[in-house]
Amino acid sequence: MRELMLGNQAVARGAYEAGVAVATAYPGTPSTEITEFIAKYDEIYTEWSPNEKVALEVAIGASMAGGRAIVSMKHVGLNVAADPLFTVSYTGITGGLVIVVADDPGMHSSQNEQDSRFYARAAHIPMLEPADSQEAKAYIKLAFELSEKYDTPFIVRLTTRVSHSQSMVEIDKPQPISIKEYEKRPQKNVMMPAMAKARHIVVEQRMKDIAQDSCRFEINEIQEGDPKVGIIASGIVYQYAREVFPKASFLKLGMVHPLPKDLILEFASQVDKLYVLEELEPIMEEQIRSWGIQVIGKDLFSVQGEYTANMLERAIKGTDIDVRVAEELPNRPPVLCPGCPHRAVFYNLKKMKIMATGDIGCYTLGALSPLEAIDTCVCMGASIGMAHGFEKARGRNFSKKMVGVIGDSTFIHSGIGGLIDVVYNKGISTILILDNSITAMTGHQDNPATGLTIKGEIAPALDLVALVKAIGIDNVQVVDPFNLMESEAILKEETQRDEPSVIIYKRPCALLDKRQASPLMINKEKCTSCGLCLRLGCPAIQKQDDAMFIDDSLCNGCGLCKQVCRFNAMERVD
Amino acid sequence: MQNVNILIVGVGGQGSLLTSRVLGSLSSRLGYDVKVSEVHGMAQRGGSVVTHVRFGEKIYSPLIEEGKADIILAFEKMEGLRWLHYLKEDGMLIVNDQAIKPMPVVTGAAEYPDNILNRLNDAVSKVFVINALEMAKELGNIRVSNTVLLGVLAQNMDIEKQLWKDTLSGIVPKKTIEINLEAFERGYNIRV
Ligand SMILES: Cc1ncc(C[n+]2csc(CCOP(=O)(O)OP(=O)(O)O)c2C)c(N)n1
Repeated sequence: MRELMLGNQAVARGAYEAGVAVATAYPGTPSTEITEFIAKYDEIYTEWSPNEKVALEVAIGASMAGGRAIVSMKHVGLNVAADPLFTVSYTGITGGLVIVVADDPGMHSSQNEQDSRFYARAAHIPMLEPADSQEAKAYIKLAFELSEKYDTPFIVRLTTRVSHSQSMVEIDKPQPISIKEYEKRPQKNVMMPAMAKARHIVVEQRMKDIAQDSCRFEINEIQEGDPKVGIIASGIVYQYAREVFPKASFLKLGMVHPLPKDLILEFASQVDKLYVLEELEPIMEEQIRSWGIQVIGKDLFSVQGEYTANMLERAIKGTDIDVRVAEELPNRPPVLCPGCPHRAVFYNLKKMKIMATGDIGCYTLGALSPLEAIDTCVCMGASIGMAHGFEKARGRNFSKKMVGVIGDSTFIHSGIGGLIDVVYNKGISTILILDNSITAMTGHQDNPATGLTIKGEIAPALDLVALVKAIGIDNVQVVDPFNLMESEAILKEETQRDEPSVIIYKRPCALLDKRQASPLMINKEKCTSCGLCLRLGCPAIQKQDDAMFIDDSLCNGCGLCKQVCRFNAMERVD
Repeated sequence: MQNVNILIVGVGGQGSLLTSRVLGSLSSRLGYDVKVSEVHGMAQRGGSVVTHVRFGEKIYSPLIEEGKADIILAFEKMEGLRWLHYLKEDGMLIVNDQAIKPMPVVTGAAEYPDNILNRLNDAVSKVFVINALEMAKELGNIRVSNTVLLGVLAQNMDIEKQLWKDTLSGIVPKKTIEINLEAFERGYNIRV
């Protein structure tokens, strides 16, 4: 049977067919759907972990316990999981262990476009890279086999265009889940210096063996064609190149680390001109060049953004592709949804001229016009440490005019350590936890504070107030962000304090809150067109011919504009 | 058969999913190779979104290149203009006559172009302008506006009508099959 599947769905299917026992993840575009799909298989224990480091550690535990385990994350998630990653390379595995990482060239939904292949090289872990959904499924299964054969974790690298494209997949029967006997093996599983030294030797030999053997792996394939042009590519770029050069010779690499040196040397000797086509960093190119082979790669292309078929055609064939000129039009940046509770917080911050270090989530959109309430965004959890850093550099008076802003999921992911630092090192920061009861940005995943697991089962809900108090924050207040007056008073009180404080803004994401409120409209007689409501940055409130109006197909009835309007011009449509 | 390239563009939240699901399912029923590439993540929060649908004997890239789309289906008219350079020389544009103002326009930092339909008509010889929202309202459910547009797309493609209707019925929620089929018919029978 064949089915049209998203790349991420095919990864999930591959895990199922491979008899995976445990699947873990922290969400992150473009990897999120993998684990959402795995969760649909009753046989597989699946969890959202609080962050990627924990997710990998759970998977390592499951593997050492004898089961097959898969862990998925986006590229920056691998930074968080890097610590266990580098050492699980030494211990190796018991049950197969596969780490799926989804890179985001072009930064469709990310704060940087780092190339995860560096991690494979740095941690000495083999890496596969599929080019479509069928391969995504097949490579996951292969990665489990090879993981057990060579006693190493495997990384499977995806990119946005593989994760989020659908193509046909052949469905196969799953193999049953089996758990190997547990054996105490300190030489292999306890990485203290003496043991680790011995394991490092094993790791080096293993990578040499795999590099040798991979010259005969079917996934590394010479596709003979016109010998004038030879192309080495993997993943999505292979597809682009295939479109443009139907007749060229190809070496399609399914394994991108370690590289099959002898196979590459053989291919290079067969073709006149050799191109290495890879998005982001020249990782294959530099290795191949270091073997004394002439290749063309980044001399033609940038390390930034995505490749396209047209780009390859222009650069390599020199074709003058005639297309219409793209129009200059107003941008359409993403926005906070109508009814979003975050908007209310940002409106107050801006009004009160309170500066904010920000974090990553839907609320990062509060940095954009017209709210412009957030000054920084670096990585998950950074808002708190950075607020503390601002205070230590500029002093308490500055700190009393600023806050750190962080979401519930992000606070649990990596904000807790920052808050402990504030208390321990006698800071006075005010931290706002925007608790919308969900991980919204990545498409609404549950987290430890929502009271539900990924399978929809009831779970103990993390008590944020108790947690924050236990950390040593004495001043904790919970407020409804839509209560603008109360929120303003509390903000004033807490920022002025000579002690650290936390304000928890509690209201569910507008996309989850199914309470129906009737939309608002503007009473033209009362409206003076002052434009104050426009400062909310609500997509439903617009201006036409100098008059304000509310688009009732967009309005969610939250009533924030009604609170803001000084002329009582907002009225409910009944 | 030549590969068919259909680009669906709009504003995040408008929901192009139905259209791409119908196209994906249709082309695999017809035994074609098919690839569908869509946007998840940040842009879905009201940004400019695009879905690529390609089918034919053998499809490598899941993406349509600039200048290679046979048909662009635009759920919002400025987005139709924004992605127009993806349309091939003699390609066809189906555009929903709806304007959704982006935030820079709402705040007054930019202006929504006022002559979009003229510009589209000047640039493209085959243009269908449809007020799908209006038609959906007439049918009693604004959410079927996408199905009206699907009907317009269907009348311009070389695939049997009944197959479209069967596929559509298999995809929409059971309770809404009837109104969706009605909306499809409306789109299918529009003449310009
Ligand atoms: C290390 C890392 N992992 C995952 C992500 C992807 N990501 C971006 S924001 C976010 C969660 C945001 O949730 P929350 O803090 O609750 O804010 P909300 O979007 O609900 O407002 C995630 C998982 C990331 N950017 N970095």
